[in-house]
Amino acid sequence: MRTYLRHPFWQAAGLLVLAYLVIAFVIPLLPGSAMVPSSVVLQYMATVLVGILIWVSDEEARWTQFKEPLHEVLVQPRLKMVRNGLLAAVTLVVGCLTYSQVRASVAAPPNLRSIHPAPPPQITFRGKTITLVGLDNPLRRSGDMAAHLAVGRRVYYQNCVPCHGDHLDGQGHFAAGLNPLPANFQDNGTIAQLTESFVFWRVAKGGPGLPREGTPWNSAMPAWEDFLTEDEIWSVVLFLYDQTGWKPRTWEVSAEAAK
Amino acid sequence: MADGMLLLQAAADTANAYRDFPWIGSRAAVWIAAEVHLMFAAFVLGVPIFAVVAEAIGIFGKDQRYDRLSKEFTRLLLIAYSATAIWGAVFVFLLSTLYSGLWAYLTRIFGPSMWVYVSIFFLESFTLYLYYYGWDRWKYGRAKIVHWCLGILLNIWGTIVMFIADSWLTYMMTPPRDITPQTSPASIKIWHAILNHTWMPINIHRLIGNVVFGGAIVGAYASYRFLASRSDEERAHYDWMGYVGNFIAMSALIVLPFAGYWLGREIYQYDQSLGITMMGGFMSWLWVIQAFLIAVLFLAGNYYLWVGMGRIPGAERYQPYTKWLLVVLVLGALVWGTPHTMIADSRELAAMGGSHHPLLGALGVMSAKNTAVNLMILATFLSFLLYRRANIRPTVPWAKAGTRIQAAMFVIAAGVVLFFGIRGYFVEAIVRIGYSVYQVGAVLACIVFVTLIDVLMARGAQSLGAIQWGKMPPRSQYALFILAVTFTWLMGLMGFARSGIRQHWHVYGVIQDMTPYAATPALGYAAIMISTCVLIFLSLVGFIFWLGGLAEKSTFVPSTVEAPHVGH
Repeated sequence: MRTYLRHPFWQAAGLLVLAYLVIAFVIPLLPGSAMVPSSVVLQYMATVLVGILIWVSDEEARWTQFKEPLHEVLVQPRLKMVRNGLLAAVTLVVGCLTYSQVRASVAAPPNLRSIHPAPPPQITFRGKTITLVGLDNPLRRSGDMAAHLAVGRRVYYQNCVPCHGDHLDGQGHFAAGLNPLPANFQDNGTIAQLTESFVFWRVAKGGPGLPREGTPWNSAMPAWEDFLTEDEIWSVVLFLYDQTGWKPRTWEVSAEAAK
Repeated sequence: MADGMLLLQAAADTANAYRDFPWIGSRAAVWIAAEVHLMFAAFVLGVPIFAVVAEAIGIFGKDQRYDRLSKEFTRLLLIAYSATAIWGAVFVFLLSTLYSGLWAYLTRIFGPSMWVYVSIFFLESFTLYLYYYGWDRWKYGRAKIVHWCLGILLNIWGTIVMFIADSWLTYMMTPPRDITPQTSPASIKIWHAILNHTWMPINIHRLIGNVVFGGAIVGAYASYRFLASRSDEERAHYDWMGYVGNFIAMSALIVLPFAGYWLGREIYQYDQSLGITMMGGFMSWLWVIQAFLIAVLFLAGNYYLWVGMGRIPGAERYQPYTKWLLVVLVLGALVWGTPHTMIADSRELAAMGGSHHPLLGALGVMSAKNTAVNLMILATFLSFLLYRRANIRPTVPWAKAGTRIQAAMFVIAAGVVLFFGIRGYFVEAIVRIGYSVYQVGAVLACIVFVTLIDVLMARGAQSLGAIQWGKMPPRSQYALFILAVTFTWLMGLMGFARSGIRQHWHVYGVIQDMTPYAATPALGYAAIMISTCVLIFLSLVGFIFWLGGLAEKSTFVPSTVEAPHVGH
């Protein structure tokens, strides 16, 4: 056993298996984690494999030792059975992989949907042109913040909660029936990364107003400009940030603008 | 009635402004011509920088091998220049016939700079002829210095040519804000158009990129000749040449991301929509591929060094450490390649609660990426340092203290990178962006000061034996091939990202693309186009390498001088 453990070939094979177990089975078990998509497992395993191949071949003695078992299996007459078994196993694995790739499946294929596509420089809101670039939430500078938040809360619970959920985590009652899933505002990858004008644009124009890369045909989000006023949308945007504790992305002040 | 006439006029203008190209379409035709021209341009701008530096080392270091190396590459340049000019002509003809409206618009603004461009290209070509054909005539004394100055002049012409061409393409991407669709091109001042937001960042990014590319091509040429060598001496010569190419490519690569960061920042400052399309929108998938390819570059470059340690007496002292550097590089590559929005089917999306993985998603944001790449740069620099020190033992009395200070600098730099990387998760985006400056600053300061100490420490160092050039396993040479292919691919890929963010605009926000090809191509189609361009370029470069050997035998001459270690 010790001989095997010290041999680079078996060390490499062991590392590869260990890496697969960690990525596919240990990471999902960690607190707050979830299963790792197969595309990411493949990507990680390819990287690990390259790393292992570099390690076994960057020193001449280790490389020679690493090749020994492979060489022996391929040429030694006494290992004929192993050779044939290996040939059958490799063929079987390739066949199974090919079959798993081409077999018919009821699941929708993965797609390259952009979750945060680039917003247009300006939009038309009920006939009024709004320039999104450089735009901050106007309610932050006017009126009573508590009143704005109260409006935002009312708007959210009347309109958004069925999909985005009571905890703003995308787990509303309707969420299970939707694909793609409603946005999880508690995730640091959604509103925490965006300006308020971006969130305003998304709420106002909804799924139908997404650019092509955001697959507008593939979203159940309504265009809320048909149902809410401009101030109501700005209020609900305030409410989202207030409830989650995230701060909106701010605009970078360019040297020209600062003058 | 008047409106109808205007519409008819507009339709006629549009019809006259475009023509289609048979089979592949006008966009694909212009794409291939522009991309292959650009790759050759990078070759003919990068290799002269390499050649003139090599010649300088030959003159001032009194090592004839560098002089021969420089000449060998200048010979290849002659053929590459023709290829650049041919592809440039193809590009101009295609652009002017297929996109005549756009061409007319650009020439109206940039006409005078195009005349200057042609004149300087003319001067550049003749300087190159003088540089190459005068090599043996101006070989000694003051004449040799004059010859070297010709090499510098060649680089100056080349840089000006590149700066002029950069102004045209950057204008298309970031035209000055006061220029609107209604602005007559005749009223636009040429300097106003040239001095646009991304002109200087692109100039600098390309200048450094060309050095990297030149080094990589030199490395690939050397590996080709190494594998074809028939004698040990010839193998030793090309092994050394491959090392020099890799050294220059990797050294310049270390600073390239900083120039790229500046360019990205300028794009964001100009228009956040452009920035979001590039980094967060559908172009963001290109960055995941880019992360992969740059990880390949780091791994291949380090691999070449580690294998090379096998031919350096004394390197066995450092070989046990390389596996830890490999661990850093592989972990860095894993983090860098982790997408924020993951490709997943509906079952996986449901399990994750969306497209962002609840745990691994944290590795998909810039804080993690910046931390990973800076640590990878530090690891690569440490590899170089170990390689450099492999066959020497410092004799200065402060050698031990110096090494400790160097180690402390590495620890501090890595600590700063990690601190700001982790802290970035807890601050606003606007503050987080600023943190990358501290991370980069710490890494650059470490590189500069550690190198300085190392150079001082190597003075009068005891040699543990000469590098056994040529005693390199053939597999190491494929790492050099991988570097050249990956650099070429990356150029095509990220060039597409930069150009593609204009989406359906010829000149962003000013002139709209009205052809059937106005839609931004799907990633699969773009990947095929870029790979086609890379294949065309590499096939032609392979032909040039072959011609280089056909026209004249290699400049390799058995050396009696012991090969010095670059950087010593």
